[in-house]
Amino acid sequence: MSKETVIQLKDVGFSYYTENEDGSLNTDTDVTMKHSEKRMALDGVTLDIERGSFVAVVGSNGSGKSTLAKHLNALLLPVSGEVLVCGMSTADPENTWEIRRRCGMVFQNPDNQLVSSVVEDDVAFGPENLGVEPSEIRRRVDESLKAVGMYEFRKKGPHLLSGGQKQRVAIAGVLAMQPECIVFDEPTAMLDPSGRAEILKIIRGLHGQGKTVVLITHFMEEAAQADRIIVMDQGRPILDESPDKLFAHAEKLHSLNLQMPFGASMANKLAARGVALPEGIITSERLAECLCG
Amino acid sequence: MRIEVRDLGYIYSEGMPFESVALEGVSFTVESGEFAAVIGHTGSGKSTLLMHLNGLMKPTHGCVLADGIDINEKTKEAREARRKVGLVFQYPEYQLFEETVLKDVCFGPKNYGFSPEECEAKAISALKLVGIDPDVKGSVSPFELSGGEKRRVAIAGVLAMDPQVLILDEPTAGLDPKGHQDILDMVKKIHTDRNLTILLVSHNMDDAARLADRILVLDKGHLAMDGTPQEVFSHYDELHSIGLSTPSASELLHLLKQKGLNVNPNIFDEDEAAEEIVRALNNK
Amino acid sequence: MAIKDITLGQYYPGDSVIHRLDPRTKLIGTVLFLVSLFVVKSFTGFLFCAICLGILVKLSGVPFKFMARGLKAVMFLIVFTAVINLFMTPGTPIWQFGILKIAREGIYRAVFMAIRLVMLIFGSSLLTLTTKPVAMTDGMERLFRPLAKLGLPSHELAMMMTIALRFIPTLLDETDKIMKAQTARGADFESGNLRERAKGLIPLLVPLFVSAFRIAADLAMAMEARCYRGGDGRTRMNGMAFTRLDRIAAVLIVLYFAAVIAIGRLPLF
Repeated sequence: MSKETVIQLKDVGFSYYTENEDGSLNTDTDVTMKHSEKRMALDGVTLDIERGSFVAVVGSNGSGKSTLAKHLNALLLPVSGEVLVCGMSTADPENTWEIRRRCGMVFQNPDNQLVSSVVEDDVAFGPENLGVEPSEIRRRVDESLKAVGMYEFRKKGPHLLSGGQKQRVAIAGVLAMQPECIVFDEPTAMLDPSGRAEILKIIRGLHGQGKTVVLITHFMEEAAQADRIIVMDQGRPILDESPDKLFAHAEKLHSLNLQMPFGASMANKLAARGVALPEGIITSERLAECLCG
Repeated sequence: MRIEVRDLGYIYSEGMPFESVALEGVSFTVESGEFAAVIGHTGSGKSTLLMHLNGLMKPTHGCVLADGIDINEKTKEAREARRKVGLVFQYPEYQLFEETVLKDVCFGPKNYGFSPEECEAKAISALKLVGIDPDVKGSVSPFELSGGEKRRVAIAGVLAMDPQVLILDEPTAGLDPKGHQDILDMVKKIHTDRNLTILLVSHNMDDAARLADRILVLDKGHLAMDGTPQEVFSHYDELHSIGLSTPSASELLHLLKQKGLNVNPNIFDEDEAAEEIVRALNNK
Repeated sequence: MAIKDITLGQYYPGDSVIHRLDPRTKLIGTVLFLVSLFVVKSFTGFLFCAICLGILVKLSGVPFKFMARGLKAVMFLIVFTAVINLFMTPGTPIWQFGILKIAREGIYRAVFMAIRLVMLIFGSSLLTLTTKPVAMTDGMERLFRPLAKLGLPSHELAMMMTIALRFIPTLLDETDKIMKAQTARGADFESGNLRERAKGLIPLLVPLFVSAFRIAADLAMAMEARCYRGGDGRTRMNGMAFTRLDRIAAVLIVLYFAAVIAIGRLPLF
């Protein structure tokens, strides 16, 4: 394991149908989704995530991307293979809490992940569980709320906030645990365009400050902001590229029901019509520069 | 069915110190068989407007007419008119409750007093329309379906009441790109197959431009714009000033125009936009 | 939204001396005040209790009108108790109509019970009006913690209350949405006899339970992801500490209770 690697998956396999041999590690209880087919949700996944990187995981529904996310902080444990977070195996119950502290997670539904009826108490929930000193919790809560621009809402009730604001509080709750890595499991799926933009801006900011970010999404425009995109299909990573290279696989992405970002798709259309363009165009802004530069 | 909204106003908690205006002076008409898209920010009054269209909320001012009948009257005709305005809420799958898919879809027609045979016939036809095979899935519990299927069944539950107007509040919310496309194709199919009047609430300008013949723009409880996609999306600055945008193709063309390329920015289709760019580049 | 109009049990934001007291002080103080209302045997005693309560209400800055609104919800109970006492107390009859008779003692008892109930409600609503639900939950958790040795799961109970407080608005919203969606499908929640109405609730209750289970599953996972593992080893951001204010309050509470007992021993009306 190289020094830079934060998360390492070695040939990880997982199925919601397999009973775990060790009764204490019952991984099946949290599954609300019913799979119609008896196949592996993860089928031999091997990959490394480097410290400070911004990795997007995309794929259509049922491709295994959310299952993968839940393996990164021991919410699910692999049936075969091994997941190492900062060198610690998720299979060892001794490591569970340290892994969850180091690798925080933000979920899809903004309502169902906030615990307290007061914003700042919710943000304090994580550090309280870790047994952090009260004065230190106070400091972290204020700092985290400021980092996501929700400090002035600290005394409010979550039910008075918009979806985007609730997600920002959820992010602050994770930040207060001072993780090295944050996994975002489709954080924008239930938000409107402005909420989506808010959250993405924060995610980019966190990456800029050196946090390792794993973003699970089905929006290609969002994935395009990462520096590495992993495309999942049937429990396996089938493409693993930087965005500028990935969108050259237009046909393949199309066959997986994944949408190209508008800029990339437009660039392809123009190239097909004989316009000379450099490779790796993703955004409309870049495309406009190339056309008018 | 023709929907006419006349000077509609709604004030939350009227007369209380915290009263707030949700809608004010909204007037428009959607003709029978028209496909209209309603766009606007969260909190622009879209949901409040929709709930007025089938009488779930009563206006504090103005009225809603369906084929000339005021739907808030206490007459039999008004109740019948309300039934003909089908409303599909956001995340409609959360309304499923019956033991089987077929029973759930029958719930609407049953409430309106149709016989069991009629209910079943309507349910089967509605399920077919949304692309769910009633023979395969009809006797399955709705809770065992996939997310996309649940949503289709919920939409069938509204279609089974034989509405002449179908209102959909962001029917693609939370779906992946494939599910998103499938639902919109289905809406398009319902529109042509049954010749329904459709009102679609959407955050996606590309969808609105592609599907609708008519766009209604709401802002802070007012009807800010009303016209064909061509007309509405040519108001680039106005849309941006209320926090909305034009379709992606048009956004790109505007960007190119700002950078000095002589293009017509009011094109919303990707292929047509590509042609336009090629044309402009050749004339440079 | 009739539910939101009830002020009983609501929090009234403020920064008064009463608001600033430790929730534990307020909890114990309230319990002692309620007990004192049963120790008192005379109107003079009640007058003393009422004066003390009045001073506390004044200190709290909660408008009297706002508190009185809380009474509305339980007005029926007060009137009912008073009427029962009025007619059922044996003694010297001063008015009689058929089997209905009112005794002198009855009037005395009815007024007495009504005053006691009103003061009970004012006293307990002063607690809820000046203490945030979250602080109250924390306070109870702390107070009951010693009972953990006897098997009382004080932390778990407090956590359950916290979650309930958090999700009550969410579930109310959810109820409203489902009701609207079913109404749009022609469901009728308002007419019919009792049986029909009960049956009519199924389209509302089933989706509501499904929602509640989904919330529970999501929340459990989110809590685990944030390292929740029960009360052991947990710290709290808002550590509770008795201040000088609480010490003063404690002395006053003791003095008050002593005074009530003393008044009870005097032969007063």
